[in-house]
Amino acid sequence: MTPILFALLAAVDFERDIEPVLAARCLSCHGERTQMKGLRLDSRQAALRVLSPGQSDKSLLLRQVAERKMPPSGPQLTEVQLAKFRDWIATGAVWPESSKGILRTNHWSFQPVKRPLPPTIRNKSGARSPIDQFILARLEKEGWAPSAEASKTTLIRRLSLDLTGLPPSPEEVVAFLADHRPDAYERQVDRLLASPHFGERWARPWLDLARYADSDGYEKDYVRPHAWRWRHWVIDVINRDMPFDQFTIEQIAGDLLPNATPDQRIATGFHRNTLTNREGGVNIEQFRVEQVMDRAATVGTVWLGLTVGCAQCHDHKFDPISQKDFYQLTAFFNSTDELDIDAPLPGETGSFLAAQPEYRKNREALLAEYKVAQHQEPWEARMKEARANPGKWTDWDHALDALTKYLDHSLAILDTPPARRTQKQTDSLTDHFIKNYVRVISKDLQKELKFSELQKKLTALRVGLPSFSEAPVMVELATPRPSHILNRGDWKKPGAQVMPHVPGFLHDGGPGTSRLALAQWLVAPENPLTARVAVNRTWQELFGRGLVRTSEDFGAQGEAPSHPELLDWLATRFMDGGWKRKDLIRTIVLSATYRQSSDARPDVDSRDPDNALLSHQSRLRLPAELIRDSALSVSGLLNSLVGGRSVRPPLPKGVLELAYGIDAGWPETKGSDRYRRGLYVHFQRTIPYPQLMNFDAPDASLAACKRERSNTALQALNLLNDPVFVEAAQALAGRVLSESSTEERLFKICLGRAPSRREAEFASAFLREQEQVFAADPTAALKLYPLPVQGSAPAKAAAWTALASVLLNLDEFITRE
Amino acid sequence: MLNLPRRHFFNSLGGLLGGAAYAQLADPLAARKPHFPATAKNVIFFFQEGGPSHLDLYDPKPALRKWHGQPLPESMTKDLNFVFVKPDAKVLGSERVFRGHGQSGTEFSDYIPNIAAHADDICLIRSMHTEAFNHHPGQSLLFTGSTQFGRPTAGAWVSYGLGTESQEMPAFVVLSSGKGTSGGSMNWSSGFLPSTYAGTVFRSSGEPILYLPNPPGISAQTQRARLDLIRNLNQERQTDTGDPAIASRIHSYELAFRMQSAAPKFLDFAGESPKTLEAYGVNQEPTHPYAVNCLLARRMVERGVRFVMLAHASWDDHQELNKKLKKNCDITDRPIGALIRDLKERGLLDSTLLVWAGEFGRTPMGQLERIDEDPGRDHHPNCFSIWAAGGGIKGGQVIGKTDELGLQIAENPIHIHDLQATMLNCLGLDHTRLTRRHMGRDFRLTDVGGKVISQALLNG
Repeated sequence: MTPILFALLAAVDFERDIEPVLAARCLSCHGERTQMKGLRLDSRQAALRVLSPGQSDKSLLLRQVAERKMPPSGPQLTEVQLAKFRDWIATGAVWPESSKGILRTNHWSFQPVKRPLPPTIRNKSGARSPIDQFILARLEKEGWAPSAEASKTTLIRRLSLDLTGLPPSPEEVVAFLADHRPDAYERQVDRLLASPHFGERWARPWLDLARYADSDGYEKDYVRPHAWRWRHWVIDVINRDMPFDQFTIEQIAGDLLPNATPDQRIATGFHRNTLTNREGGVNIEQFRVEQVMDRAATVGTVWLGLTVGCAQCHDHKFDPISQKDFYQLTAFFNSTDELDIDAPLPGETGSFLAAQPEYRKNREALLAEYKVAQHQEPWEARMKEARANPGKWTDWDHALDALTKYLDHSLAILDTPPARRTQKQTDSLTDHFIKNYVRVISKDLQKELKFSELQKKLTALRVGLPSFSEAPVMVELATPRPSHILNRGDWKKPGAQVMPHVPGFLHDGGPGTSRLALAQWLVAPENPLTARVAVNRTWQELFGRGLVRTSEDFGAQGEAPSHPELLDWLATRFMDGGWKRKDLIRTIVLSATYRQSSDARPDVDSRDPDNALLSHQSRLRLPAELIRDSALSVSGLLNSLVGGRSVRPPLPKGVLELAYGIDAGWPETKGSDRYRRGLYVHFQRTIPYPQLMNFDAPDASLAACKRERSNTALQALNLLNDPVFVEAAQALAGRVLSESSTEERLFKICLGRAPSRREAEFASAFLREQEQVFAADPTAALKLYPLPVQGSAPAKAAAWTALASVLLNLDEFITRE
Repeated sequence: MLNLPRRHFFNSLGGLLGGAAYAQLADPLAARKPHFPATAKNVIFFFQEGGPSHLDLYDPKPALRKWHGQPLPESMTKDLNFVFVKPDAKVLGSERVFRGHGQSGTEFSDYIPNIAAHADDICLIRSMHTEAFNHHPGQSLLFTGSTQFGRPTAGAWVSYGLGTESQEMPAFVVLSSGKGTSGGSMNWSSGFLPSTYAGTVFRSSGEPILYLPNPPGISAQTQRARLDLIRNLNQERQTDTGDPAIASRIHSYELAFRMQSAAPKFLDFAGESPKTLEAYGVNQEPTHPYAVNCLLARRMVERGVRFVMLAHASWDDHQELNKKLKKNCDITDRPIGALIRDLKERGLLDSTLLVWAGEFGRTPMGQLERIDEDPGRDHHPNCFSIWAAGGGIKGGQVIGKTDELGLQIAENPIHIHDLQATMLNCLGLDHTRLTRRHMGRDFRLTDVGGKVISQALLNG
């Protein structure tokens, strides 16, 4: 059986199927610059030497390629590519005049979004929504039937995991099973959409795109204590169903809105998720330029689904994005600066202010006692001198480098007369001085000054001091920085000056040059990409695969949509309905297509292994965070507080040691905060939490549009032996023992369903055997379940813990079916 | 609507997908054939993190002493990037004594006599260069072929290309000593490949692999019972749903179980002769931790682990060069020398590619960070030395040459991508064909560059 290759189903299209292959594989030897054997393949006229339109087999081009003689190096053409060439020549080798080299503006995704009508289908009763008409029409073309609706237990588990990221409680399952009203399913959908956990579930893919982390990255990898403010904002506005256009505008340019609110400024924290390199010797300007380019490339990936970053060094090879386009896009961000603003949480200001007089008095006393000012003044003067005379005093050069790397905006602070500095500036410079003075003084003086002792005392002073939270935001410079095309992306080789401008081939955005204009252009109804890209990613979350499989690339190198009309129908509906995320999700999950069983379809699987035509739902292994959440949830350990700071659950020994040096270490979170959901786990870029990485969480370096779903032995060890999951198994066993002590109850808690007869037999045989094992070894029993459960022997509790852990390890438990 | 009989599906799965495809689906690490016959089956990569000084280990420059204490003329330094030192910093002569070794007479520093003893097996490259002059980007380039983060590392590419012959360990294992590396886990990341191909960190003390030991109270017997029940229940589910991915999950649990019993055995050196332990320096300081890792590397290669990386940090000697360099050499030289000899005696050197490399070299100029300390050297990407041996490498030769100060390459520049292309070549992989589509293009370890260094190969 030959799989149906999707690319083959559509008629051959020169610009989509042929030209990119010629460009990538042939033109370097048979193009404008080089013509080996005198052959050019960059125009139809020239290529006719080796082409016989209408007669594939007589064409030398095809023979050379089919016989694997060409291309002479690199991978051979794939079977699909070959078939495309054969079709193309057979159908007359159509080579549109309009096609000028590689700049193809008539690529499908650059065309305006259409308003297709749902097609007519034979199986009218199979459709619950227009979505189903599109899907069924395509299936009918193949002569394939859709799959039956999944069972109610599967549906409620699927919905709960997809909408809130948490499994349903047994009571919720029972209630749904007992609800025979015709709109019982809709009621569940609406209940889950209204849950505060909806925002947590749907924030996660957005955090992936934004490459959210709680630390800088690179060697020093400083902690970003306030990064969570932006995450909190995302969860909150998704819960409030902020329309996606507004969501976009506030994140890109919230600070530029008239009378911007604190929340609108916090939204701009989106662009504070770039990595920061504080490694010694990094040129600050170089790194700033890299960050700006990263921001532009991220906007391209996240909103446009285009790899605009490719045009950093050269015109894009496959999409009509010139190097100039890229630097014009970059220019929108070139006059933007990073700032941490005061953003106190409710209740913070009062207690903070109340504690200040005492704190200031004590701090000043300490500074005076250790004669700080006396040394800091000449140090500052010397710093300025070193800055004016680079290379003159090596140790001061180093000290200056450290100052600029470790303390943001330090040079501006240094240039401000002490009397005009803010309290925060004064304190941060003094703290830096105390910590770093050792760089420029003799060991004798170090001993005399005892600054390390002072540091400890100052730190002690801050313990228990009411905090005053900040938030990382973006601000616009008063005077714009000029922007240039950078030759091969090198910050030291600026070329022609450019002004901020949107990539006009998509749609004309007018003359606006502010970030606000860019944001408005992105969500203008004429923009052909933003809505398509957004609905496709939503679809991907609900089916495991986008209608455009390459959700990261809607350009010429991406794949064509499996259902182009459906994509446009959804995009149009999304925009017409006011860009409401919840409405979009509701529309999709109400469809019969979404509700299908995820069981394999042996009749079609070998021909559509990727399930692109959606003859069934898909079984999807849960994302890393949701695996943690599920285990904590069924065991009753979960702290279901929504939003807030990041937490550090216990880190296995030996992980911290693998990083170069994390200044902050890993101060374990105490109390019930340890049991918060996976998306709140502190993400330290150089030592990411192992459970997250084991289950394919992205590394937060680039916008991640989709996750892998791998399957490894380390995952097995993680679920079997990680103390987090062992603790969950204990708590789960305790829960079952205190409720009804039946295998059925355990299955229902974990999987939302009762065990089959065989499953129940397997489980009870295990319990019987393990109870004997633990009865014979009471010490082991108490180790596995350290507390006596009322009315249960230790051996029984231990056996149940072992059984509970088995349930947490089942493929079904970590899968959305 | 369709209601299909399900029970038949599991049984017919193998037939539907064909043997090889089914095996691959069940086990993404199943051993695969290379593109062409390989000269090496395994790799041991000695990653010397921080940028070891080529001028004091591998590339003798007597002229440095002549220039000692003087700045270089501006014409020589105007286009260079430095991290800390200024272009007019003073040259620092090397205090090392270099001497020719073996038949080939390749010169090595007096700090590494045990590596030098294998001069005739070593292909020393003195003309390496890289673009990155900071650690993390430099390490990223060395391992992923790009200074942009997020791409798969060499070990991950090799696992992806070849799978593993080990039935008890993943394909790519990382052994770490000293402090952590700047790149952290990104140095063994699978990037955009599935995490199946990521390096597994193996520790020589404590838990060898994260989450390896059974939880307190779970005996070997109970663990086996847990795994049996998980398998039985997973099989039930597979029968019900027909999802072949469940077979893969079952396979992962079996591998996990084998790892649990195999990993401690790797660390059980009882079967090693006292002579071997003595040769590596296993039971003494300062060689102990690195010696354990070198011995582990041999034991893993023997059991089919595809790619072993030994990360040692840090060689970032900005100050007190002589003292710090000696310390790292004293830790690593003897175990590496013993490992080469051991592999040779067991007939494994021919099929094991060894690579010794850091992310860049160090400046001829000295760096004084503090007035009361001995000088060190700054980062230097323009030229540095690395070496390879075994696995199809032609030993007893030096490739490339630097100028009289070790500041610039004089002959035969070799880029990091060339080293990567050559490593893959030894494993039978064409670096232009080992690709993965991501973000709209085919990525590879060597990015858009790389040329196999044919001079380095026995069959070149």
